[in-house]
Amino acid sequence: MIEFIRKQAYLVDFTLSSLLRRKGKNFGLLFVYTLIVFMLASVMLFTHSLKKEAGIILQQSPEIIVQRLVAGRHALIPADYIEKMGRLRGVTSKKARLWGYFYNPVVKANYTVMAPDHLVLTTTEVIIGAGIARTIGLDIGDYFTLRANNDTFSFQVKDILDKHSELVSTDLVLISQKAFRVITGIPEGQFTDIVLSVRNPREVRKVAEKLVQKLPDVRPVLREEILRTYDSIFSWRQGIVFVLLVGALMAFVIFAWDKAPGLSAEEKREIGILKAIGWESGDILRMKFWEGIIISLSAFMLGYLAAYLHVFYSSAVLFEPVLKGWATLYPQFRLVPFIDGLQIATLFFFTIFPYVVATIIPIWKASVTDPDAIMR
Amino acid sequence: MRNSSLFLLFLVAGLLFILMTVMDAVSQQDMARESLKRRATLVSELGLSDLALSTEARYTRHLSLADRHSAFQDHPTSFDHFPSGSIFLPPLHLAND
Amino acid sequence: MLITLTNINKLFNQGKHDEFHAIRDISLQIEAGKVTCLKGSSGSGKTTLLSMIGCLSRPTSGRVTLEDEILSGLPERFLTDIRRHTFGFIFQKFNLIQGLSVLENVMLPAYPLGLNHKELKSSAQKLISHFGLDRVLHNPVEWLSGGESQRVAICRALINDPRILIADEPTANLDSWLSQEFMGLIDELRQSGKTILITSHDPVVFDSPIVDRIVEMQDGQVVQN
Repeated sequence: MIEFIRKQAYLVDFTLSSLLRRKGKNFGLLFVYTLIVFMLASVMLFTHSLKKEAGIILQQSPEIIVQRLVAGRHALIPADYIEKMGRLRGVTSKKARLWGYFYNPVVKANYTVMAPDHLVLTTTEVIIGAGIARTIGLDIGDYFTLRANNDTFSFQVKDILDKHSELVSTDLVLISQKAFRVITGIPEGQFTDIVLSVRNPREVRKVAEKLVQKLPDVRPVLREEILRTYDSIFSWRQGIVFVLLVGALMAFVIFAWDKAPGLSAEEKREIGILKAIGWESGDILRMKFWEGIIISLSAFMLGYLAAYLHVFYSSAVLFEPVLKGWATLYPQFRLVPFIDGLQIATLFFFTIFPYVVATIIPIWKASVTDPDAIMR
Repeated sequence: MRNSSLFLLFLVAGLLFILMTVMDAVSQQDMARESLKRRATLVSELGLSDLALSTEARYTRHLSLADRHSAFQDHPTSFDHFPSGSIFLPPLHLAND
Repeated sequence: MLITLTNINKLFNQGKHDEFHAIRDISLQIEAGKVTCLKGSSGSGKTTLLSMIGCLSRPTSGRVTLEDEILSGLPERFLTDIRRHTFGFIFQKFNLIQGLSVLENVMLPAYPLGLNHKELKSSAQKLISHFGLDRVLHNPVEWLSGGESQRVAICRALINDPRILIADEPTANLDSWLSQEFMGLIDELRQSGKTILITSHDPVVFDSPIVDRIVEMQDGQVVQN
């Protein structure tokens, strides 16, 4: 046993010495490989934590949101739809809501303006999301203006929403219903959507079916659908994950392609020397195995650790421009680190295994050449 | 110092750091319980349905409320011209039926 | 007798149109503790013969015996094992591994044995200082002169303390003064009880008084013994 360990230590000694001979090339390789692992691990950690968090906090979303569709578009819903719904078994409350979007051309920001009925706000008071306050530099007591219908409406900032909740509230503007109607011109008796509370979650689907029967022009959005949407928000098949996977795969193909045509004359000569001075074919394969392990394991560890710091300690700063797109408002949030062991194990396997195989395979043939080749 | 000892040291340090990330994650989850609760309360009070990750387009701001046509804005064949539209999957209930 | 060769033949590219009969029916005995020189022009088959003696390759037919053990039929694993403990090799072009230090190059043949690192290192250092290479211990081998490289190659050949030292054209890349010096080192090794086999067509080697026996080869056959 001790002999086995010593032997491996010697092989690692040799492998590292021989890797260090081409510092530039091998550190470059390690850097690129680390970068790929870093990107993949960042996406994995980010999306998993985001999904987990969305799953926890959106559990409190309304059970059913009822929208009215006109010509395929979300349209205003008249208040009398509440009466038209009639009594639905299991529904404990029905609430019409007023909300919409507002674009501020000065700061080029999109706000989500809401008129909640549980808050007591005068017509000149506003509560804003922390992202808006940060972006335009507002504090409590300052004035916040919305320009609409050739008019400017000024509100005094009554409060700023909790900055720990930016992930859901960064762009929110809360004003009174009266002010909302004046600004948007939505007449009395019209609302944006209707929210239903259902006591028993098993009845939700039935309620939704009945609703569509009674009012064919409405579309109910269920909480379980919201949750499912966020559970699959970054599916591997689509979008950024897919792009990254393809990038990683391509990079790996390039590695493999670089190695596949076989070894350089120098490498072959070295294997010949090692065999001539008493190394077995197995020793040479083991040495190459260690070479693969050293590079890929280092890349995995460094990439994963960097990704952890990036996602949870720098708020995934590299993803910000991607998610932000053309918007100017972006939430500042620290994700709660949820780690999926299986995901990390998968990444570990796909970092180490193919690389080690790709390192060993081309050496296979060279390692069984006659040791006297070096004398000829 | 031997190369193999250096590598072993590096390996152990790396494993230790990885272990530390797990412990860090657990402790942060513990500490975040309060703020998660606060976020959940805000969601329930305002009836929020989505994360405010992207504010550029209504179909990515309120992903789960998007309808089949919102990504096409004003014409059925116009291009999706918001970058975030290429990142998020459309809501599943639209994709499935 | 330390090594006995019986009716050794070696064919290259057997059965193909460019078949080449490198060694023809050679029988030879090599005594322990002596310096034997295989003399002959290049292409006479001496390197091929040497590689078969040193278990680096196998004869097409015939038998190689080390003391009482028949080597020619053993599988590679055993051959490697015997080679490690019995033979030390010095090659014509030194064949040191570029980029590695002198110390590492010397220790290399012992790596697969899994010895204690401290002991191996100190015995390597002892060898290196014995051959006057202390100064360059940690230098990469490509910084060395021809004579120094030769001495590193000798150290490497001796690290596993082999009984038999095999040197293939050891003086081909050395000037005559360094060649003389090399023969001095060989003498020293012979006195310490090693059996030494040298191939050469350099008069500095085969005319040297150190050489106990000259085997002259031509076209794969022994012409004078």
